[in-house]
Amino acid sequence: MAVTGLIMVLFLLVHMYGNLKLFYGQAEFDDYAYHLRTMGQPYLPYSGGLWIIRVVLLVSVLTHIASAFTLWARSRRATGGRGGGRYQSTRARRGVQRSYSSFTMRWGGVTIALFVVYHLLHLTTDTIHPGGVSSSAYVRTVNGFEIWWVVLSYTVALIAIGFHLRHGFWAALASLGANTSRRRRRHLNALAVAVAVVITVGFLVPPYTVLFGGITA
Amino acid sequence: MNITLRIWRQPGPGRPGHMVTHRVDDISPDMSFLEVLDVLNQRLTAAGEDPVAFDSDCREGICGMCGLVINGIAHGPQASVTTCQLHMRSFADGDVIDVEPWRAGPFPVLKDLVVDRSALDRIIQAGGYISIPTGSAPEAHSILVPKDDAEDAFDAATCIGCGACVAACPNGSAALFLGAKITHLGLLPQGQPERDSRALAMIARHDAEGFGGCSQIGECTAVCPKDIQLEVISRCHRDVVTALFHHGEQQEGPPEDQTGGNLASGPAGD
Repeated sequence: MAVTGLIMVLFLLVHMYGNLKLFYGQAEFDDYAYHLRTMGQPYLPYSGGLWIIRVVLLVSVLTHIASAFTLWARSRRATGGRGGGRYQSTRARRGVQRSYSSFTMRWGGVTIALFVVYHLLHLTTDTIHPGGVSSSAYVRTVNGFEIWWVVLSYTVALIAIGFHLRHGFWAALASLGANTSRRRRRHLNALAVAVAVVITVGFLVPPYTVLFGGITA
Repeated sequence: MNITLRIWRQPGPGRPGHMVTHRVDDISPDMSFLEVLDVLNQRLTAAGEDPVAFDSDCREGICGMCGLVINGIAHGPQASVTTCQLHMRSFADGDVIDVEPWRAGPFPVLKDLVVDRSALDRIIQAGGYISIPTGSAPEAHSILVPKDDAEDAFDAATCIGCGACVAACPNGSAALFLGAKITHLGLLPQGQPERDSRALAMIARHDAEGFGGCSQIGECTAVCPKDIQLEVISRCHRDVVTALFHHGEQQEGPPEDQTGGNLASGPAGD
C-alpha cells in the first residue's frame, strides 16, 4: 500500500511538471509529449520507456487496490463492518482527532480510480473527446478544458486526490517506519499537507487558465 | 449531582444486547466513574435487579483492567486517564451518558460491559518476552543502555494493555499495543536476541486474532491512558521489515505460530 502509493505520488509530481509545460505553447507541449515516447532511445524502442513506466504504474495501481481491499476486509471483520461507527453512542462519530482525509480514503480512492479511467479515455486514448478530435495533445487538452463541465470533473477529482494524499502520504511514510518521534509526526503531517496542496494546485492551474482564456488553441 | 446512564446490557456471550437507561441521583462530583457504577449496582441489587457487570481492579489507573466506551470515546472524554481515574466533575449535572463495552471482533462481549481481551495476552505469549536466566538481580551497570533508548523503552513499557487503542481504532487494529510491546523490548539490549522472531511472531499473532490493519489514523494514541505515541507503530514496522529481510531466504510465509505451543507441547499426562 505504502510503496505503491509513493510510486504514484512520484508519478503525479512528474505528470504535474509536464502539464505546466502547457504555458510554453503548442510546439513545446507537443514536443514534450513526443519525447516521452522517445525516452531511452536508442537503448529502448520507440515508446519503450513510456511502456515501462506504464507497466510499473499499472502494477502499482492494481497492488494498491488489492491492498486496499485486504485492509478493508480485515477492518470489516474486526469491527463488524461498521468501522468507527460501531458504537451506539452518536456523540463521537468523528472520533477524537482524526482528519477528514482519513474518513475519505476508501470512497476517495474509488472516485480517483473512476476518474483515472475517464482521464485516460479522454486524453491518452482519445476515445472520448469533449472539445473535438485532434492529433495534437496540446489542442486536445486546451479544447477539453474550454468546456466548463470538463474542468469541473477535473476539479472534483483533484480535490479527491488532495484529500487522499493528505492522509495517504503521511500514512505511507509512517507505515514504512519514518515516524520516530512526536516532532517527526508533526513534520510528516506538514509534508503530507504540502504535497497534497502542491499536487492539487499544480494540476488545477492549467485547466483554469484555459477556462478563463489565458491559454488558447 | 443527578445523571442518567444509558448502559449496554447484554445477558451473555453472543446474546443480543441493547442500551438500557438507568438514573443515578445524589452522586458526588468527586466520585470516579466506576464508583457511580458501584452505587448504581447497590441500588439495582437492593431492588432485586441484575447489577451491571463491568471490569475493574486496582482503580489507580495502572492495571489496565477497567475500560468503558463513554459517550463514544474509549475511557471517556478526559485525555490520558483510565475509566477509574475519570471523575464525575468531568460531566455536568443532568447529563445523559452513554456507556458501552470495547467493541472489536477479537474482543467478544461476555456480559454487559465486560469483554474478553485474552487476544492481547496471546499476542504477548507469541513473543512479548525475553529469554534470560533467572536468579539474583544482575548488576545494573553490567549492561549499558543509552539514555534516550532507556526513556523511549520505558515510555512504551507504560502500556497497561487495557485495549482502548483497539476500541477506538476505526479499523479495529491493535497496532498501538503491538508497537508498544515491540518497541519496549526491541530498544533494550536484553531484547536483541529475539528481536526478529519477536516482531514476526507477534504481528502474525495479531493478524491471526482478527485485529484489523493500521492505517495511521491516530485515534488509538488520542485515547491511550498512558499516552503511548504513534511512533511505536513505525518502530514496530521497522522491526518487522528488518526481520523479513533477515529471514527472507529461510522463511516462507508467516512464522510458525508459537502461541501456547510451548505450553501445549509439554509432556502430557505427567
